[in-house]
Amino acid sequence: MLSRWGHDPHALVQVLRETQALTHWLPRALLTHIAQALNLPLAQVEGVATFYRFFHTRPVGRLRVLFSDNITDRLLGSEALLSRLCERLGVAPGQPDVQGRFSVDRCSCTGLCDQGPALLINHHQVITRLDTARVDALAALMLSEVPADQWPADWFHVDNKVLRADVLLSGLSADAPTLPEVLAREPQALIDELARAGLRGRGGAGFPTARKWQACRDADTSTSGPLRCVVCNADEGEPGTFKDRALLSEHADAVFDGMTIAARAIGAQQGWLYLRGEYRYLLPQLQAVLERRRASGLLGANAAGLAGFDFDIRIHLGAGAYVCGEESALIESLEGRRGTPRIRPPFPVERGYLGRPTVVNNVETFCAVAHIARRGGAWWAGIGTASSTGTKIHSVSGDCERPGLYEYPLGTPIAQILADCGAMDAQAVQVGGPSGACVPVSGFHRRIAFDDVPSAGAFMVFNPSRDLFEVARHFARFFAHESCGLCTPCRVGTELVVRRLDKLALVRGAGRGSAFDLQRLHELDALLHSGTHCGLGSSACNPLRDTLAHFGEVYASRTATPQFEPEFDLDAELSAARRVTGRTDAGAHLHTEHKP
Amino acid sequence: MSSFSFDGQPVPLQPGDTILQAAQRAGHEVPHLCWHPEVSASASCRVCTVRVDGRPAAACTTAAAAGQRVECHTADLRAQRLHLLQMLFVEGNHFCPGCEKSGHCLLQHQAERAGMTDLHYETLNPERPVDASHPDVLFEPNRCILCQLCVRASDELDGKQVFAIGGHGIATHLLINSASGRLGDSALAVTDRAAHICPVGALLPKRVGFAVPIGQRTFDDAETRG
Repeated sequence: MLSRWGHDPHALVQVLRETQALTHWLPRALLTHIAQALNLPLAQVEGVATFYRFFHTRPVGRLRVLFSDNITDRLLGSEALLSRLCERLGVAPGQPDVQGRFSVDRCSCTGLCDQGPALLINHHQVITRLDTARVDALAALMLSEVPADQWPADWFHVDNKVLRADVLLSGLSADAPTLPEVLAREPQALIDELARAGLRGRGGAGFPTARKWQACRDADTSTSGPLRCVVCNADEGEPGTFKDRALLSEHADAVFDGMTIAARAIGAQQGWLYLRGEYRYLLPQLQAVLERRRASGLLGANAAGLAGFDFDIRIHLGAGAYVCGEESALIESLEGRRGTPRIRPPFPVERGYLGRPTVVNNVETFCAVAHIARRGGAWWAGIGTASSTGTKIHSVSGDCERPGLYEYPLGTPIAQILADCGAMDAQAVQVGGPSGACVPVSGFHRRIAFDDVPSAGAFMVFNPSRDLFEVARHFARFFAHESCGLCTPCRVGTELVVRRLDKLALVRGAGRGSAFDLQRLHELDALLHSGTHCGLGSSACNPLRDTLAHFGEVYASRTATPQFEPEFDLDAELSAARRVTGRTDAGAHLHTEHKP
Repeated sequence: MSSFSFDGQPVPLQPGDTILQAAQRAGHEVPHLCWHPEVSASASCRVCTVRVDGRPAAACTTAAAAGQRVECHTADLRAQRLHLLQMLFVEGNHFCPGCEKSGHCLLQHQAERAGMTDLHYETLNPERPVDASHPDVLFEPNRCILCQLCVRASDELDGKQVFAIGGHGIATHLLINSASGRLGDSALAVTDRAAHICPVGALLPKRVGFAVPIGQRTFDDAETRG
């Protein structure tokens, strides 16, 4: 396997992935061997292996079950199902059974919110639509050690429910110009067409795509060599988002068309699809599409019949790290390192993968490119609003009758999406995932657009029975878990936010939350918002801020006192001393004013 | 010569300058922990966060440009800096009075400069076993602030790559490159730059603690000099 990767240290993440697929976990001796084979320091290999959530440096079961832990999975009862499975198997979450047969744990969102609760098997297969019957049957199969490939096929069925298709989800029409016809145009003309379209990146930041491509095309390559790269960011990690999953499943050709057009426009030779580890099950189908495209001459030397246009696409698998959705962290990961965001500038368009000018765009962006290159920038600019052109795909989940995929022109009001998906009594919608915005009823007239409510694609609906404090606490845990640990405010701040919310949630220090804690939360929000290294830290408190602003009562109801109360119980701290001295009298207890 | 404004005062700049470099050269203090002139910047501690034309930025990695308006010693930035330092104190286990680095510790110094009198946040009390396996250098992870200066010094100055960063989130920690993971089995020599660059007392040459009398230590001031 090491030779198949050419003993390339930049392939470290892939080597670790494939090794672990065989060995289940990564013992230190194995890391030492890999370090020697790739000529890397052991500490660096260990640093990478302990960074990604899907790598295990402690023993796990030969069969590993990871419950998707997005809030939408929880709303559908995932926690009770996890407990049930653990009970049936006789294990605790995170602990393998004594024979090492299996282990059960949680992972961040698997991108199956419209058909949850879901879980991952061996980071390789997904089981959707869990219920007690399915969990019981799963436990029986696991206990009798039936291999996963002999389990009922319908368990693994992933549905791409398209409930409103606009241009992207309808696909390219049969009479659309072919890719070679598109690529025959001048590279600059391709960029100009995108500029006319006014296309902005669909990954969340909304940067004008044409400007990004132009900067890459104009980048100085005198020091980095003549090579350039195109990277498709398919690390759809934002909880609640699953549109890229559907595009990769149903419209992979359009995505690869878009990447090839980008390569032609900027003069790239190399393409990467960075596929999140959770979507590993899509790999065989995507490889088959690439193989077909190579066979038909759309990839490889003189691609699409263009002399000198040598472009091919490889797939890199992620290993469970949300922060790798940030483009510079993604590039670090592609290079086989810890996915920590780089210092910018230089931006990836100047120095990206291996120092080469690199364009990184989202799956949906490349899909849009494939359409714009054929139907023209003016056509795309005619959809949506003046500053937010085109359509946007929304991954709708949560409390609604019809979860699934909805594509609308940008500028569509939240209320219309709610009406269409059958969410009649929503009290709030989390738009764009945890790093987006929590919009209350008073904001349902607002529109999804870059200049109103921007969205990376998630649309999670909460009805009045849901406790938005718990939603915010769940997202806070998510960010603390996914922080890369590089910068102080994010590394420490996200943890402090979780601890304070846990205190208010009566998990820690039972009912000792106070107005004082709310003030500290406001302060932590301000601190994280200004001065973290990347967007993860600066948006980590968005759910907290929005819910504090719009649903302050759910926090107020948890603040028992106006003054500070320590999270630990002073009297309980004396229990050991009482035990030792054998005293149970009143004098051996501290007087506690706010007994819960 | 072109210049930018630093807290209202003009600072001349040279090509390739970061805000921190230019400001320091001009005699301005920019509080920092993870920056060192001899190694590349990591922008990790964020103590040098300033406002550049109203937007927060790390002074150690942000390029200085003519006409910029940089704010550093404002009330809100001072408060933010104080909170960042307090975060570092609660993240590890710091007990200044008993530390050999006391008086030479940049974290302690910055905390004093920032007027820190309490921890402000709850302590996280991590369990971090001390590594005393090296004959000449002590590794006391309880004091590590993950500034990565040793990582970069070992890599860029010593050419050894003795250190790396492991884990993620609040469990991020310093790794030592050796078969056992212990410092004594690594290639670190006490003469290495990495053994001396630590701004706190996490990596300390042995048998030199408390050698400098109080009053003559690096960060002693009029008050401690008596």
